[in-house]
Formats: sequence, structure tokens, C-alpha cells
Amino acid sequence: MSTIEERVKKIIIEQLGVKEEEVKHEASFENDLGADSLDTVELVMALEEEFETEIPDEEAEKIKTVQAAIDYVTNHAND
Amino acid sequence: MTTTMQGQVALVTGASRGIGKAIAEQLVAQGVKVVGTATSDKGAAAISDYLGADGEGMQLNVTDADSVAKVLSSIDEKYGQLDILVNNAGITKDNLLMRLKDDDWDAVLDTNLKSVYRICKAVMRGMMKRRHGRIINISSVVGTTGNPGQTNYCAAKAGLVGFTKALAQEIAARGITVNCVSPGFIDTDMTKSLTDDQKQAIFANIPAARLGNPEEVAAAVVFLASPGAAYITGETIHVNGGLAMV
Ligand SMILES: NC(=O)c1ccc[n+]([C@@H]2O[C@H](COP(=O)([O-])OP(=O)(O)OC[C@H]3O[C@@H](n4cnc5c(N)ncnc54)[C@H](OP(=O)(O)O)[C@@H]3O)[C@@H](O)[C@H]2O)c1
Repeated sequence: MSTIEERVKKIIIEQLGVKEEEVKHEASFENDLGADSLDTVELVMALEEEFETEIPDEEAEKIKTVQAAIDYVTNHAND
Repeated sequence: MTTTMQGQVALVTGASRGIGKAIAEQLVAQGVKVVGTATSDKGAAAISDYLGADGEGMQLNVTDADSVAKVLSSIDEKYGQLDILVNNAGITKDNLLMRLKDDDWDAVLDTNLKSVYRICKAVMRGMMKRRHGRIINISSVVGTTGNPGQTNYCAAKAGLVGFTKALAQEIAARGITVNCVSPGFIDTDMTKSLTDDQKQAIFANIPAARLGNPEEVAAAVVFLASPGAAYITGETIHVNGGLAMV
């Protein structure tokens, strides 16, 4: 099974339509990966589904970079 | 692009009578599966009766978030993803501002405006994921023109127009349209309480010189829900016999 990091990156690539090499850890969805605010909302929705978790709004607002997404899921993974 | 609405799923709030009932009937006639709501179980059963095999009545209080969540999850279970949302439920509690009670202000704003925020928010995720959805909010001519004795109702109905335009801009790129239909004076329970004198005064200002029928409002709603209206969003269609031309 893929690692959390791989799964998160895969979702980012799919949702934002970006290339794998662009998805650097420090990359910001809105500043570097061309996402608008609604794209970011949808990305969080996709993460919620992939990892079967509910991300509260206050937390979701902080997920602005690839690293932040990986960190959130790592810290809240059920398994 | 599909050209029919056959098999789509719609929710029409306040479908027990008046405009909502006409909307539910016309959507069913287009092959849409319709869930219509009433505030009582008895009202819901009556909706099930008139919709027949192609729909169902459910009990809903639009001011209660739990009730909204319950209806949406039953729709999801029984009929699948929602394609069309018609926010039609509404009330009036008229009084001159100087006599208006806080409770009457709150009830009208909650039932006519906050309810729409609540229900739209709840259906957003499903529609966004599918890149498809039609939201139609029933406003009122008095939201545009004002009407003495209805500061609460006019504020709520004008609020719907602004809400509609803002949400339309947020989600247009996801294939979801959000529009208003704004009826003038329509022959329903809501206008039954008008006195003959009031009616005469109103007719004097309506070029069509009559009240509208619920079916004439429903036709505009069905159009906005149809595939042909895919490029119309943030718009308000006025159905008022010429009473106000905007
Ligand atoms: N009639 C007009 O001239 C006119 C003009 C402009 C705009 N409008 C608007 O058109 C819409 C329909 O009007 P209408 O004349 O058909 O009204 P109506 O005959 O009075 O019916 C109102 C509907 O809303 C439902 N409802 C009321 N409070 C509710 C709540 N808290 N939760 C859920 N449902 C609720 C009622 O359910 P119950 O039957 O269970 O009470 C009923 O189905 C309203 O938004 C109204 O403001 C009407």
C-alpha cells in the first residue's frame, strides 16, 4: 500500500491538474499550484474522502501547502 | 449534454400547496423524481398522493438544521444524488415597521432567507463533486419594489437575490447554476387574505389586470432547471404580469 505522502500527492495532482514534479512539499496550492479558493475547498473534500475523515473548517483553512496536507493526514490517520 | 431531465432528482420545499405544488407537478411531468415537502406529516402524505409513483412527500421544517439534514439524507438513500433544488418554502408576517415584533422579523428572515443558506450549503458538496446542479430560489417582486407592511419579507426576498448572485459566481465553473424566480401577485393561500379593495388596487397596477397562476411561476422554474438553461446563472426571472419591469 502507498504511503500517506504518496496518496496525498496523488490527490493533489488529480484535483489541481498539476504535474508530479510541481508538487513540492513547500508548494502552496494557491500561490504555486494555481488553485483558487474553491479548488482548495474541493481538495480538502477529496482528502476527507480518501482518508475517511472529517476535517473541521478551522483546520481545513490551515491546509494551504502540500506539507500542511501531509502533516494533517499523518497526525489524524486512524491506522 | 443531456437534453432531457428524465430521471433527475429534485427537492421542492413547501410543495403542499400554491406555487411549490405547481412546481413539483410540472417537474414530475418532465420525468423528474421529485421530493416535495410540507411542515406536517399529513401534508407530506398529501404530497405523496398527488405526486404518485414519481415522487414523495417528506416532512421538513426549513428553519431546523437537523430536519434539513434528515430530508437530504433520505433523498440520497432513496433517490440518489440531488440534481435540482427549488427553495420555495416561505411565509409572511406583515406589519408596519413601528408595530413589527422581533419574533416576526426573525421568523420571516429565518424561514425565507437563512433557510436557503442552510439548504444550499448542505447540497453543495454533492453538486460540486458531480459538476452539476440547479438551484432555483423563489424571491418576490416586493424584494425589488418594496411594499409597505413587509419590511421583513422584502428584506428576505431581496436578500435572496444577492445571495443568488454571490453563490452563482462562486460555483459557476463547477457546472452549477443558481437563479431566482420572482413572482408578482399569484393566486395562492398567501394572497387569499387580501381584501377585494386591496385586490382592485393591485390590479390597477398590473398591466395583465389579473393575478398570476402558480403554474405560470412553475413554468419559469422548470425552464431554469432544464438543460437549455445551462448558461443562465445569477439571474432573476420576473413573473408578474408586467407589474414591475426591471
Ligand atoms: N403567492 C404569491 O403571490 C407570491 C408572490 C411572490 C412570492 N411568493 C413566494 O413563493 C413561495 C411560495 O408561495 P405560495 O404563495 O405558494 O405560499 P403558500 O401557499 O403559503 O405555501 C407555503 C409553503 O411553504 C411551506 N412552509 C412554510 N413554512 C415552512 C417551514 N418553516 N419549513 C418548511 N416549509 C414551510 C408550507 O408548508 P405547509 O403547507 O406545511 O404549511 C407551504 O408548502 C414563497 O416563497 C413566497 O414567498 C409568493
